[in-house]
Amino acid sequence: MKKILEIIIYGRGGQGAKTTAEIIAQGALLERKFVQAYPEFGPERSGAPVKTFVRIFDKPIRTREPITNPDCFMVLDETLLEIFEGFENLSEDSSLIINTCKTKEAILKEINFKGNLVVVDASGISKEVVGENRPNTVILGKFSKVTEAVELENLVKVFRNKYQEKIGSEKTNQNINAIKVAYEK
Amino acid sequence: MINKNKKVALTGGFAVGEAMTQINPDVMAVYPITPQTPIVEYLARKVANGKADTEMIQVESEHSAMSACIGASASGARTMTASASQGIMYMMEVLPVASAMRLPIVMAVANRAISGPLNIHCDHSDAMAMRDTGWIQIFSENAQEAYDNTFIALKLAEKVLLPATVNLDGFILSHSVENLELLADGLIYKFIGEYQPEQHLLDFEKPKTFGAIALPDSYFEFRKQIYDAMEKARAEFNEITKEFGELSGRKYEQIEACETENAETVIVAMGSTCGTIASVVDKMRAEGKKVGLLKIRLFRPFPYGEVQKALKRIKRVVVMDRNMTFGSQQVLASEVQKALGAELESVIYGLGGRDIYERQIEEIFEGKKDSPYFLM
Repeated sequence: MKKILEIIIYGRGGQGAKTTAEIIAQGALLERKFVQAYPEFGPERSGAPVKTFVRIFDKPIRTREPITNPDCFMVLDETLLEIFEGFENLSEDSSLIINTCKTKEAILKEINFKGNLVVVDASGISKEVVGENRPNTVILGKFSKVTEAVELENLVKVFRNKYQEKIGSEKTNQNINAIKVAYEK
Repeated sequence: MINKNKKVALTGGFAVGEAMTQINPDVMAVYPITPQTPIVEYLARKVANGKADTEMIQVESEHSAMSACIGASASGARTMTASASQGIMYMMEVLPVASAMRLPIVMAVANRAISGPLNIHCDHSDAMAMRDTGWIQIFSENAQEAYDNTFIALKLAEKVLLPATVNLDGFILSHSVENLELLADGLIYKFIGEYQPEQHLLDFEKPKTFGAIALPDSYFEFRKQIYDAMEKARAEFNEITKEFGELSGRKYEQIEACETENAETVIVAMGSTCGTIASVVDKMRAEGKKVGLLKIRLFRPFPYGEVQKALKRIKRVVVMDRNMTFGSQQVLASEVQKALGAELESVIYGLGGRDIYERQIEEIFEGKKDSPYFLM
């Protein structure tokens, strides 16, 4: 890796943006990378806009500078597009992955973004495959495909370790299938 | 059980919680407070799951937490706690009692601003508020150091019979997931050993009084003993960290110099921001600029000799304080100036969790600012 890969995950309190960041970090750890993952600091408020942050590198990461211009920006809730004004400041080399059922063209009418725009209906896939609206883990599939920062199989492995005991094998497999669908689509 | 050293990713808070779990103290008396809570949460979960058999005492305030720790430690129990900010302020009355009774209590402090205004984010005001209470104070740059410092603090505290704090920046370290290596239980046990206090309340063969009143004929002598114990902690820190280095491969000194050898400008700081400064130093060195970082790891006792040696040839020294003193020079700046015996520049930064960016550090390296400079 030439430079530290930086990621911002933007969602609403309760959507699990923190889990998304943690799975990415643990997945990168399996690939012997160095990571840093942190939530927006402060009180947690359900439904309020919230960001989580991840750094990945193949050497130790010492900086604690806040991430402001990430390589990958993920949006878990499309209603956030109306209130976030920073898309035009993201660099041309960055990827923006949005959970939406709209087309790229429709999104580009709403926001001003110069980089690589990717849309994925993570909520739709989640509802169809799992029967629940959990875009925060489903979007990991698209993240792996777009950034190639962490192998899909490692993200899946972390998901299984984290949830198998909690939600059972059947639900775990459904969730993993949904992550894979998001990767393929 | 950790049978062999293990590479993991944990938050700094959980890393300290894991260190406490491995130490398995006899007593943990604690009151929750942001951003310390993940530490006690972690240990409490391990105790509930049978992975540690610590007596968890849930108290109604930090004043009671420290009071319970003092009672437990005086009874001969290996005792730990954790707190931050207003919690430290609330236990302030009993903090000097712990050191005066020579009790090796270890407290993790997830550094947070103090009120007012009310603020839950990181700065070092809480640690600075307790700097004259007779506690050993060690600062951590990252989760690995916070984990390692917990063992070092415990061994040092038990060696010189003074309480000790492990400081880790609130949220920035306590709530950030990052890589660290956990040490095998066997190594930890070898390092800290069984706790066998020489004197304690429950020793019925040799009954003793703890915490008695001292009149003008003896109070001064008691205080002098704390002074001497703190002085003794300097050499003991070196011995203990040397042993820890052989055990873990991680060598910790009282200060850590990064590119200071032929530097023209050196920034002195403590805690997580040292990582950001180190990153800037790397970038500027690659551009041929002569800049360096001096990280203070041991704050009490303060390493005057080491700092003097590291900075004596440096033309421009800038000290960054993450707290504010009113009507006087800033705390770390004063300490470094005493060590250096020369003028320096003082910067106040990051109060109440104010973000700090690499370009701001670069600007400080690039040219002289007002002193003190308020990096707002």
